[in-house]
Amino acid sequence: MSELKLELKEKIIEQLNLEDVSVDEIADNDPLFGEGLGLDSIDALELIVMLDKDYGIKLADPKEGRKIFESIDTMAAYIAANRSN
Amino acid sequence: MCKGVAITGIGAISAIGNNAQENYDALVSGKIGISTISKINTVHKDDIMVGEIEMTNDQLKEKLGIAKGDAISRTALLAMFAADEAILQAGITDINDYETGLISGTTVGGMDQSEKYYFEYFESEENWGHINGLHAGDSTQKLAAHIGLIESFASTISTACSSAANAIMLGARMIKSGQLDRVIVGGTDSLCKFTINGFKTLMIQSDTYNTPFDDNRKGLNLGEAAAYLVLESDEIIKKNKRTILGYVKGYGNANDAFHQTASSDNGDGAVLAMEKAFKVSGLKPSDIDYVNAHGTATPNNDLSEGRALLRTFGDKVPEFSSTKAFTGHTLAVAGGLEAVYSVLALQNNIIYPNLNFKTPMKEFSLLPQTTVKKKELRNVLSNSFGFGGNCSTLIFSKEA
Amino acid sequence: MKPVYIHSVGSVSAQKTFENEEFLNEIREYNDTTVKVIDPNYKDFIPPAAARRMARGIKMSAVSSKNALTEAGLENVDAIIVGTGLGCIGDSERFVSDIIKNDEQFLTPTRFIQSSHNTVAGQIALGLGCKGHNFTFVHSAISFESSLIDAKMMLENDEAITVLVGGVDELVDHHVETHRLIGHIKKEPLASQDLLKSKTEGMVMGEGSHFFVLSNEKTPSSYSELLAVRTFNTISKDRLNQKINRFLESQQVSIEDIDLIILGNNGDINFDDYYKQLTTGIFANTAQAYYKHLSGDFDTASGFAFWLANKILKTQHIPDVVKLNAIESSSLKTILIYNQYRGENHSLTLIRKC
Repeated sequence: MSELKLELKEKIIEQLNLEDVSVDEIADNDPLFGEGLGLDSIDALELIVMLDKDYGIKLADPKEGRKIFESIDTMAAYIAANRSN
Repeated sequence: MCKGVAITGIGAISAIGNNAQENYDALVSGKIGISTISKINTVHKDDIMVGEIEMTNDQLKEKLGIAKGDAISRTALLAMFAADEAILQAGITDINDYETGLISGTTVGGMDQSEKYYFEYFESEENWGHINGLHAGDSTQKLAAHIGLIESFASTISTACSSAANAIMLGARMIKSGQLDRVIVGGTDSLCKFTINGFKTLMIQSDTYNTPFDDNRKGLNLGEAAAYLVLESDEIIKKNKRTILGYVKGYGNANDAFHQTASSDNGDGAVLAMEKAFKVSGLKPSDIDYVNAHGTATPNNDLSEGRALLRTFGDKVPEFSSTKAFTGHTLAVAGGLEAVYSVLALQNNIIYPNLNFKTPMKEFSLLPQTTVKKKELRNVLSNSFGFGGNCSTLIFSKEA
Repeated sequence: MKPVYIHSVGSVSAQKTFENEEFLNEIREYNDTTVKVIDPNYKDFIPPAAARRMARGIKMSAVSSKNALTEAGLENVDAIIVGTGLGCIGDSERFVSDIIKNDEQFLTPTRFIQSSHNTVAGQIALGLGCKGHNFTFVHSAISFESSLIDAKMMLENDEAITVLVGGVDELVDHHVETHRLIGHIKKEPLASQDLLKSKTEGMVMGEGSHFFVLSNEKTPSSYSELLAVRTFNTISKDRLNQKINRFLESQQVSIEDIDLIILGNNGDINFDDYYKQLTTGIFANTAQAYYKHLSGDFDTASGFAFWLANKILKTQHIPDVVKLNAIESSSLKTILIYNQYRGENHSLTLIRKC
C-alpha cells in the first residue's frame, strides 16, 4: 500500500506539473483539492485519465472522482480495491 | 451612433436542414438532427451522438461549383454554402458596391482536414494544400474570395462557443459607428475528431439525446453548422429595395472570470452580458417575448444559465427554450444559427420547443417551453456562452 | 468621438524587450530559419500554481500584459482584446498528435482547453478578475489590427475607458516543418542582417507577445495617439498606392506628413515587392524602417511594429538597426505602419505623437 501511495504522489506531481512540490510535502491524508495541494476540477479530469490509463479503472461520471480523490489515502484504497492491472 | 442595424438576409445549414427554411420547418415539426456519427471514423462512435450535416464534402463542392480536388476544409465549404444563401436573400448583386465587411466565427477552422493529414504531410505532397487551412482565418479568407469580396475588412473571431454571437455583435457595432455599410456575419464549424475527443476529455458529452434544462441531463451532443446574416445600414435600406427581416437591437459581451471552461454557479458573466444588451437596446427585461437559451444540456451550463435568467428576469422569465436538442451544440456557430432561428421566430411569431425535457431541475422551478407556441413576438433574446468565461447576449427585434 | 491614446507597452520578443526601460540597447542577431523569444524569468511574473498548465503563448502574454498594466499604473481594465493567428498552437498540435498516436484513448483535458484560441484572453481575464468585453481575433496577419480596430471603436464610443490590447503567437515544430514543406518558411538559414538581401522564398518565422493599454483619456506619459487602423483582405500591387493615399486622405494627412514608415519586409522574394514599390515610389523621400530581422515574422509580428513605433515616438529616437534608408526626418511625430503577408491581409496603422 505504501508503495502505491508513493507511486501516486510521484504520478500526481508529474502529470499535473507540480514543479515546486516534492513527494515528502504531500501527506497521505492531506486534502488534494481546495486547501492542501490546491488541485481543481481540471486536475480531477486529469486524474480520471490516470486511473484509466495506469490502473484500468473507468469512471463514467466526473462527480465520482470527488470522493476518490479526497486524499492519497482514499485514492490508494480505491485503486487497490478496483484495479484491473 | 443611433443607427439601426437591419437584417436583410439569413442563411443556415445544420443537421436539421440545408437552408433557413428547412431548419425552420424542422424546428416547428419536431424533426431532430441528432444521430450516431457516420462521416468520421472515431473510436467513440458508439458512445456519442452528434448533429451531423447530411451532405458530404464532395456534394457541397459540387453544389458550390468547386472542383473536387480543391483543398478546402469542410468548415470553409459549409460557410460558403450558408453565406451564399444569406447574400442571395438580401438581393445583393455586387458585394463591393458598398463598404462591406465579413466577420466569421470559428473554433476548429480547417482542423477537420489537418487532423487527417497531420503525419501524412511528411510522406506525400498530395494534401499539402490543406497545410495552411489550419489557420482559423483561412476559412474566412476563402469565404471572402468565394463571395467576391475585395479590398475589405475580413476578420475572424474565435471565442469558443460565443464566436458567431460576437461576430454579429462586432458587425452591428461597425455599422452603427459608420465604419461599414454592410457586413456578412456568422460562423462555421465542422465536426472533427479534435472536438469530439476534446469534449470527451471534459466528460460533458452525452451518450444519448441531449436534454436541455432537464434535471437528469447528461451533457451535450456536438453538432456542425454554418450560419450567416447580412446586416445593412439605414443608408443602404433607404437607397435599395430591401425586405427587412428584423434588427440587431442589442448586444453585450462579458467575461465570467471564474474558470477556464466552466461557468460560475450564479452565472455572473451571463447576467452582465444580458444587462449590457438591455442597455444598448434601450429595452427592459419585460420587453423580451422569448429567450433562445444557450442550454447546452451540460450540468454546469444549464444550472448557471438558469440562475442567470432568474437573476435577470426575476419571477417573470419569458418563455425560453434551447434548440440544441435539434441541432446539437454547433460550437462557434451556435450564436449564429440561433440568431437565424431568432429572426425566423420573429417573422413567424413562433416559439420553438425545448425537446427532451421531462424533469424540472431541483435547484429552481424554471420550466422551458416544450411545445411549439404561437405568440406575437417583438423582441427575442439569444444567449451564447463559451470557454474562457466568454458570455454573449444578442437581442433581435422587429422594430429598429 | 473620443481620441484614442496608447498609454503603455509590453513586449516579449526575439529581442530583449521585456524590460520597458530598455529600447533595443543590445541586438540579438540570428542565423536561422526560425527565431524564438528571449525568455524572461517567468517565475518573477507567474505564481507556480498558475504556471503549471500554461502554454508558452500564455506565459509570454502574462509577462507582456503585466508589463503594460504596470506601466499604465493599472490593476484592471474595462476590456481585453487579443489577436492571435494560431492561439496556443503547441497544445493544439500535441492534442492532435496524441489523438492519432493513442488512437483517441487516454487524452487529457489540459491540452484541449489551451487549444481554444481565446485561452490567452480568457486567462488574463481570469487572472485580473476582469469581467468586461473579452474578444479574440484569429485572422492571420491582421489578427492584431482587428483587435486594435475593436478597441478603438470601444474607446471612441465611450464603451470603455481602458482596454488591454495584444497580439501573441508561439513557434512550434510541427507548424514550422509543415509550413517549410510548402515554402512559407525558408529552407536555408538566413542571417538577420541579410534579410533584405534574401533571394529565396518564405519567411524566417518568429514568435512573440505584445500588449498595450489603450485609453480615451490622455495622460502626460501617453506614448501616442492612435489615429487610424484599416485592414484589407486583398490589395493588388497596382491598387496599393491608391489605397494608401485614400487612407491618409481620410485622416487629412499627406505623404509629406509621414515622418517614418515602418514596413513588414520578411525577406520573401515573392512578396517583398509590395514594400519595394513603396520605398522606391510614393515613400522614396520618407524615412523608412523595418523590423522582422529582429522579431522574425509571425501572424502578430505587427505587434512588434506597433511597439517599435510607440517606443520611437516616446524616445524620439530611431535605432540604427531598424533604418532602411538614410533620410532623417526633421521631426518625429507621425508614423505609418504597413504590413501584409503573402500578398494578402494588408494593414495600415497610423499613430501620432501626443
